[in-house]
Amino acid sequence: MKKEMRKEYTIALVAVGLGLLAGALLMLVTGNNPILGFIYLISGGLMNIERIGNTLATATPLIFTGLSVAFAFKTGLFNIGGAGQMLIGGLCATVIGLTLNWPKPLLLTVIIIASALGGALWGLVPGWLKAKFNVHEVVCTIMMNWIAYWSVYYIIPAYFKGAYLETESRRIPEAASLKVGWLTDLFRGSYINLGFFLAIIAVVVIAYILERTTLGYELKAVGLNRYAAEYAGIQSNRNIILSMMIAGACAGLGGAAFYVGYASNMQIGVLPSQGFDGVAVSLLGANSPWGVFMAAIFFGVLHSGKGFMNAMTQVPPEIADSIIATIIYFSATSVLIEKYWGRLQKRLAEKEKTGPPLVAEEEIKEKVGGAS
Amino acid sequence: MWWNLIEQIFPYAIAYTVPLLITALGGLYSERSGVVNIGLEGLMVVGFFTSAFVISQLESILPGTAIWLGLLLAMIAGALFSLLHAFACVTLNANQVISGTAINMIAGALTVYLARHMTGSGNILIVHGLVRRNIPVLAKIPILGRLFFTQTYATTWVVLAILLVSWFLLYKTPFGLRLRACGEHPQAADAAGINVYRMRYLAVLISGACAGLGGAVILVTYAGEFNGSVAGLGFLALAALIFGQWKPLGILGATFFFGLASTIANVSQAIPALAKIPGILLKNFPYIVTLLVLVFFSKTTQAPRAAGEPYDKGKR
Repeated sequence: MKKEMRKEYTIALVAVGLGLLAGALLMLVTGNNPILGFIYLISGGLMNIERIGNTLATATPLIFTGLSVAFAFKTGLFNIGGAGQMLIGGLCATVIGLTLNWPKPLLLTVIIIASALGGALWGLVPGWLKAKFNVHEVVCTIMMNWIAYWSVYYIIPAYFKGAYLETESRRIPEAASLKVGWLTDLFRGSYINLGFFLAIIAVVVIAYILERTTLGYELKAVGLNRYAAEYAGIQSNRNIILSMMIAGACAGLGGAAFYVGYASNMQIGVLPSQGFDGVAVSLLGANSPWGVFMAAIFFGVLHSGKGFMNAMTQVPPEIADSIIATIIYFSATSVLIEKYWGRLQKRLAEKEKTGPPLVAEEEIKEKVGGAS
Repeated sequence: MWWNLIEQIFPYAIAYTVPLLITALGGLYSERSGVVNIGLEGLMVVGFFTSAFVISQLESILPGTAIWLGLLLAMIAGALFSLLHAFACVTLNANQVISGTAINMIAGALTVYLARHMTGSGNILIVHGLVRRNIPVLAKIPILGRLFFTQTYATTWVVLAILLVSWFLLYKTPFGLRLRACGEHPQAADAAGINVYRMRYLAVLISGACAGLGGAVILVTYAGEFNGSVAGLGFLALAALIFGQWKPLGILGATFFFGLASTIANVSQAIPALAKIPGILLKNFPYIVTLLVLVFFSKTTQAPRAAGEPYDKGKR
């Protein structure tokens, strides 16, 4: 188990390294200084307490969408509908925030529940179609993304039009925002909001469901082998639907964290990129909840630093997206990394044949407490 | 009145159909050989960008030919880019859906990065697109002439020719039989002496070239400007592939249906009879129909049996 984990971390780190290398090459090819670019990119995300707050706020929706993809993946489903689920979650949150005039704690509770339900509904449809009619969930979730996109496109201007622009909603009142005074002050006026703590809770809950409950066990069983699971008396159809609903709920919460936390109104005509970045987050985090958390923070640094980098150098901000996309590709082709890693280890082992045998060394390490 | 309406929107419907058709055809090659290509969307974007880049650079020097050069280079760029997918899926046995998603994201980010580096705004404008032409004699045929042979783009005929050639290639030649065998039962194909890896590489390359052409056709017909996204057309092409049951003629029908549906949604504002229907319904119409179609066609699926599975030589 431990060795397996270490292998996954190695793969993730190598993929990140290769992604950054590709980014450096891209900067070099377009005539920029990659070292300078990376210095500004990283410092743009972590320079001071305000920027750290912004980084965490940027990472928050990514944690949710990453969890969403990872959770569905455990059941063998590929959820690239995170964007649509986020939109619907955000739409529910915005609509409630703009209509109800309740005290903040109560209003936020309702908003959070509604956004999770909205996202769950958007996950239910592909889940149900997959279970009932064997419709491929990838194509289906993509269609659901566009349905969400056009629904928001028409609902927001029709009922919640902003004061100045046709293309955005009114600003939500302070009572409906996940931003709270003490947190904003603590991080010197950054975008960080309660969504971040909600995300941590979600990570803990998802980890608990997957590792400690019958439901989680059944979901994973269906993901590993649907037919074997059915033979063991697990209703795979029910689990597929449930899995997509929970995945959708996660992404829906991400929508709330983005639209009524990070931002304070909804733009129309934009499919949130966090939905697709969630795939990268989940892959890099090896589909484990805490891995997702770390990967999301890393991507948060890239995303919140890119603006600063763009201001200080000539590098277009899309460098962050290019790096993230390359990281996914290298995670997908991790077989290659594994192969070379295995070969490297074998070579090292052969070299050490003259010294103490490797197995004994491993054992000693284990006994000492796995400190490496 | 209805007839008039149909005559009006028909050229648009065909214009929307053609990029979808050629992309879905690319998907057909890939899936028939056993590789699912979710990356069609990204490959379209690559073709979209390449053609915009080439045409915007050359159209002042080589007016006319620049467009065709752009289309050709878009195909080559799409094919080269699809090598990434082929390498991951065929050589490394990687998860095909994840690799395809990575292709989509790399294409989207990389092209916009380059475009922004070139123009600052990230959009690349071309001055001249293709001109719509009437086909000399055929346009005079009653009814059909008005619908199919007036106001056509040359690319439409190129794509239809590719469709015809593909049908012949896939169903009437040994090459086609071998390619389809790799998608149905690669172990059997291998036993018969076919190099499954080479076949799948070739199929993915063709799918890349087709999707690249699809993106370029969008540019030279109705877009006129590269803006970094093809708005889900690549995924719609995948849906059309399922709807068309992995057959060339089926794909033609399916993509035309989608083309017509999106045209109705897009031109609805200009046509009084359609303007009464709420926009939210019209815009969602193609996607909802796709879902319904998938519901009907997914149960009795004719999908290539080995599509999506990495080829494992040792498996029986």
